[in-house]
Amino acid sequence: MHWIHRKSWIILPLLLVLLFIVNLGMGSVSIPPGAILGILSGRETANPVWYDIVWEFRMTKALTCILAGSALSIAGLQMQTLFRNALAGPDVLGLSSGASLAVSLVFMSQAAGLELLSTPSPWAIAGAASLGCCGVFLIVIVIAQRLRDNTSLLIIGLMMGATTSSLVSVLQFLSKPEQQQSYMLWTFGSLGRLNWTEIKVLTAILVASGLVALFSTKALNGWLLGDNYAQSIGIHLNRSRMVILLTTSLLTGGVTAFCGPIAFVGLAVPHLTKIMIKTHNHKILIPAVSVAGGVLMLFCDIVTQLPGSAYVLPINAITAMVGAPVVIWIILRAKRLSV
Amino acid sequence: MTSKTALVSLHNLSVGYALPGSKNILFENLELTLNAGELTCFMGPNGVGKSTLIRTLAGLQKPLTGEVHHGAVPSRASLGPLPHQVSVVLTDRIATVQMDVRELVSFGRYPYMGWGITLSDDDQQKVSDALREVHIEYLADKKLYELSDGQQQMVMIARALAQDTPVILLDEPTAHLDLNNRVEVMNLLRRLARKLNKAILIATHELDLALQTADLIWLAGRGKTLVTGIPEDLVLSGVFDEVFQLKGYDLKTGKIAHEAYRDKMISLQGDGHAYLWTRNALERNGFSVTSPGASYPHIDVVENDGHTQWIINQKAFFETLQTLLTHLI
Repeated sequence: MHWIHRKSWIILPLLLVLLFIVNLGMGSVSIPPGAILGILSGRETANPVWYDIVWEFRMTKALTCILAGSALSIAGLQMQTLFRNALAGPDVLGLSSGASLAVSLVFMSQAAGLELLSTPSPWAIAGAASLGCCGVFLIVIVIAQRLRDNTSLLIIGLMMGATTSSLVSVLQFLSKPEQQQSYMLWTFGSLGRLNWTEIKVLTAILVASGLVALFSTKALNGWLLGDNYAQSIGIHLNRSRMVILLTTSLLTGGVTAFCGPIAFVGLAVPHLTKIMIKTHNHKILIPAVSVAGGVLMLFCDIVTQLPGSAYVLPINAITAMVGAPVVIWIILRAKRLSV
Repeated sequence: MTSKTALVSLHNLSVGYALPGSKNILFENLELTLNAGELTCFMGPNGVGKSTLIRTLAGLQKPLTGEVHHGAVPSRASLGPLPHQVSVVLTDRIATVQMDVRELVSFGRYPYMGWGITLSDDDQQKVSDALREVHIEYLADKKLYELSDGQQQMVMIARALAQDTPVILLDEPTAHLDLNNRVEVMNLLRRLARKLNKAILIATHELDLALQTADLIWLAGRGKTLVTGIPEDLVLSGVFDEVFQLKGYDLKTGKIAHEAYRDKMISLQGDGHAYLWTRNALERNGFSVTSPGASYPHIDVVENDGHTQWIINQKAFFETLQTLLTHLI
């Protein structure tokens, strides 16, 4: 049993490294794998342009994949545990929509000439998006406490998503075409637009929130028993709920601000991970899903730019192709529905 | 007389739900104790507020007024749960059914662990001890979804034991179990109270079992108050009949009262179990059973080579009660 756990542990990081290198090799300009390894190790290359392509474009994109995948997966895992609902996730419960609303507000207010947000820094956008997540999450938590019913919770999430999306539509209707276009592009989701400053911001958010989540292992495990049992073994529910709210909002907000609303990853990765590593212990699950999230995003990103194709598909199209079957699979085994 | 150690004491306790503008009070002014080494059964009809009082004693819910003291030191449950003092077995289902039994029982050790939740050797030992006390070591590696309701209940009791608290509160631990499992759970809890000197409170509405196992009964009656006493006193005082409004169940004999609807008298002679069950069969079928002597039809219950025979008026022989009854009816 434990031996299998350890074996899976080696597979995930190996996959991560492998896909990272493959990902660096993908793109419209073909660079031989040997040259890429050379550039990474700091050696001179035959073509100096390759150096820039790898470091300024492909490296940022590959790193973004890992960061976004990890962040969304940790967020998804925490939400599934908090709500004891296998179908919870940052996009399912409307957090991504909340972030979208906040970001569109920033875009539009910028257009309207509001001084406060006239030059949005990466921190400001990430902060606004996190606030948007936080707002939606708070509403969902308050409603969930009244309902205690898995299906209703999902419907509430859908409604929250629909409401924020419609608010965004209203904002778009009222704004100028140029801003609409930049917003539309953002909603497709993109992993390739981040500069090094934004990557640093995202890294800081992921590391901080990830560590907080790891230190909340005891509370997260406690949630699995339900509110009453968790309290009876000394878990402070309100404190824990606030910590999960905060870290999940930061993680989802950060990713959504820079990469757009990326669907299905936060929902699917925890389940895919639990197939490989059969445990409920968050001490193992949190590191595992963060690596698995990176792996899945790198994989999806590679699929978006299949070799020989001049087109790069929107990342959300691919994550949905991977994620939707996972959802169907979860519902099919609903008899043993388990968080 | 030795004085009992009160592990939990209720002082002027009122429980219920405070709604905006109104209060739904379920119990008022309770002055009670739970003692070390005693099994207390908390009885009352459904919906009287048993779960609410259990939750309040466990610190999962705030009392409306009054205090709950735990142990010698008056710590107040109104301040929240006391994981080192009280463990609970509730009616909540565990949703994570992929978890295995040992994992679930290990949750009992959480109050003693830091954020890294590493089970020390001592913790491991306590988990194994708990599994052994409840006789479910053979289930340790099973997944929760593989267990029957009765087994799951045993696992939840083991989890509470692993928490190693002086007080255990259980809400309907025998619900959904068959008679055999119900008896096993009650006997187990009684043994644990005695052996480990714990104060155990069981909320239940199962009269027969509670009367035969409890050291003390808390009976929720009318008027938001509790009547307490040992089972026998409460039976004789008739308070159970009043609370449960028993319909056809004679508590003093422990039997269901049958009306002699056939309007036929019959006399019966015999002894032991065979006599009792024959009488039961006759009464259940509407006969009025008297002692021998009168001029009614007479049945002798006799042991013959290790099996029972029934003889009517010393003439007709019957090998089973069923054939006897067919003959009579």
